[in-house]
Amino acid sequence: MRLVILDNYDLASEWAAKYICNRIIQFKPGQNRYFTLGLPTGLPRNHPESYHSYMWNNFFKHIDIDPNNAHILDGNAADLQAECDAFERKIEEAGGIDLFVGGIGPDGHIAFNEPGSSLVSRTRLKTLAMDTILANAKYFDGDLSKVPTMALTVGVGTVMDAREVMILITGAHKAFALYKAIEEGVNHMWTVSAFQQHPRTIFVCDEDATLELRVKTVKYFKGLMHVHNKLVDPLYSMKEGN
Amino acid sequence: MRGGQGAERAAVLQFTNCRILRGGTLLREDLWVRGGRVLDPEKLFFEERRVADEQRDCGGCILAPGFIDVQMNGGFGVDFSRATEDVGSGVALVAQRILSHGVTSFCPTLVTSPPEVYHKVLPQIPVKSGGPHGAGVLGVHLEGPFISPEKRGAHPKAHIRSFEVNAFHDLLATYGPLDNVRIVTLAPELGRSHEVIQALTAQDICVSLGHSVAHLQAAEEAVQSGATFITHLFNAMLPFHHRDPGIVGLLTSDRLPQGRCIFYGMIADGIHTNPAALRIAHRAHPQGLVLITDAVPALGLGNGHHTLGQMEVEVDGLMACIAGTKTLCGSIAPMDVCVRHFFQATGCSVEAALEAASLHPAQLLGLEKSKGTLDFGADADFVVLDDALHVWATYISGELVWQAEEARP
Repeated sequence: MRLVILDNYDLASEWAAKYICNRIIQFKPGQNRYFTLGLPTGLPRNHPESYHSYMWNNFFKHIDIDPNNAHILDGNAADLQAECDAFERKIEEAGGIDLFVGGIGPDGHIAFNEPGSSLVSRTRLKTLAMDTILANAKYFDGDLSKVPTMALTVGVGTVMDAREVMILITGAHKAFALYKAIEEGVNHMWTVSAFQQHPRTIFVCDEDATLELRVKTVKYFKGLMHVHNKLVDPLYSMKEGN
Repeated sequence: MRGGQGAERAAVLQFTNCRILRGGTLLREDLWVRGGRVLDPEKLFFEERRVADEQRDCGGCILAPGFIDVQMNGGFGVDFSRATEDVGSGVALVAQRILSHGVTSFCPTLVTSPPEVYHKVLPQIPVKSGGPHGAGVLGVHLEGPFISPEKRGAHPKAHIRSFEVNAFHDLLATYGPLDNVRIVTLAPELGRSHEVIQALTAQDICVSLGHSVAHLQAAEEAVQSGATFITHLFNAMLPFHHRDPGIVGLLTSDRLPQGRCIFYGMIADGIHTNPAALRIAHRAHPQGLVLITDAVPALGLGNGHHTLGQMEVEVDGLMACIAGTKTLCGSIAPMDVCVRHFFQATGCSVEAALEAASLHPAQLLGLEKSKGTLDFGADADFVVLDDALHVWATYISGELVWQAEEARP
């Protein structure tokens, strides 16, 4: 595991963005060589806070991706299980995920793989934990009755199959989850801990997220920052024909 | 070409590198257009899985809904009130020339005239969509002849009438069929005006109060009967008085029907209204302000002697008066000049200045779903402006209909 610690949310975000940028460019994507980026899944479509709207406004509208290359789980599909299975197939057909970028819940979940989710689970319909529902209430005017209680999500196993995993964690409220994920054992109650068994995982966090870690752990990884920073500096550009 | 079955196969245009006026703010967003309407790119992306067929870089400019002028008496030598055999050509000429002012829709206006003129002219000015040929005609604005002789301004006294004998029938006899009529300006203190206002409102014709000596109460009652607009606020009405604010008092009246917004036209040419008065009105009721040009045929012609309705007009710089007098008879400031003057004089936001010339007139006419806005589904009538609000290009239904010389390649 790599643990990259930045001073604050903005610096952590920027570091992560540069890292992803460099990874994609160094991969040398092209007409027949796609870089497959995986992102966690979300809420039903056509809600003001729908995942589709979120992804459009924060990502897709800013880039020139071909819409046919954007695959999002459809929470409104008639047969949800078939939708999940098809998603798994699409990942396989794309040659697998090159880099999966996700966050961590306060209960240590990755995507919507709530505590108790199987560590070898695949894409499926999942009932959300109360913690997650409470956390999402802010997107529904604080009205708990409006928050979806179920969601389609990639499984822990699905993410483990990615060639590389990046987890972003910022804020003190995530600190305990980070501690459980990297300093305790692999445990299905803290599903992010599964990545201890992944060959290539990178955690990017801010100072506040490290509050529950051992001083020794933090010092060790901070000491490696000069090595980690080589991953983002120099920052490559598609235009320079790298 | 708007909507219809072929719409989905029509080309998708994406205007990039711009700020668009939407929801009252300038957003750093791209404007997507298809089939003459503003398109929702998110739906295009997820449902149709399509990208734009063509991208146009707007050089960091502002894209605002096209301006809508609800009061224009003519321009470029054309007088809409003159009964000729070919009124249509005159309207078309003006419609084409005002594209360079950023106007994409307008209401040709007829001043007080004898019935023969209305009967001859009205049928020749049908409602018409805009395009490369010119701005769209939303309908005719009939300013008079049912007005107060005392506040006639530049209108000819001989042709002023009342409808106290047969109310709406008198009006119909005077104008003829009302098919092409969109707005009627009248003085509410005239006998039986309430019946007339109600009858006009029932036909979806906007009733405006103007050229009147009505006191506030009469004006409020007129609004309760259905009037929704005030013709060139301050001009041709009783001045504001602290014990009887007159028509001006409608801006802050608490006796208007619930939920009704009273709109008022303002000629912001720096001549018809003192900037301080403009600011008072704007601050009292910013949501109702509608910029109008009240342009006369002399617009765009320069200094000299010209004809308006049944009278002679003298033009000097930005001022147009009845020949031989100091009575103003309409402005010759183009709409974009009015927008800039309004923006400077009131110190309002860019968004507010632009909405006063687009959204508000659209709301007045009940067209805000398709005009005066860049919301998804609206007609793609818009102007490209720099930060000083100069017009660089005008689009109607997503098609470029005018472009500034310097902008051409």
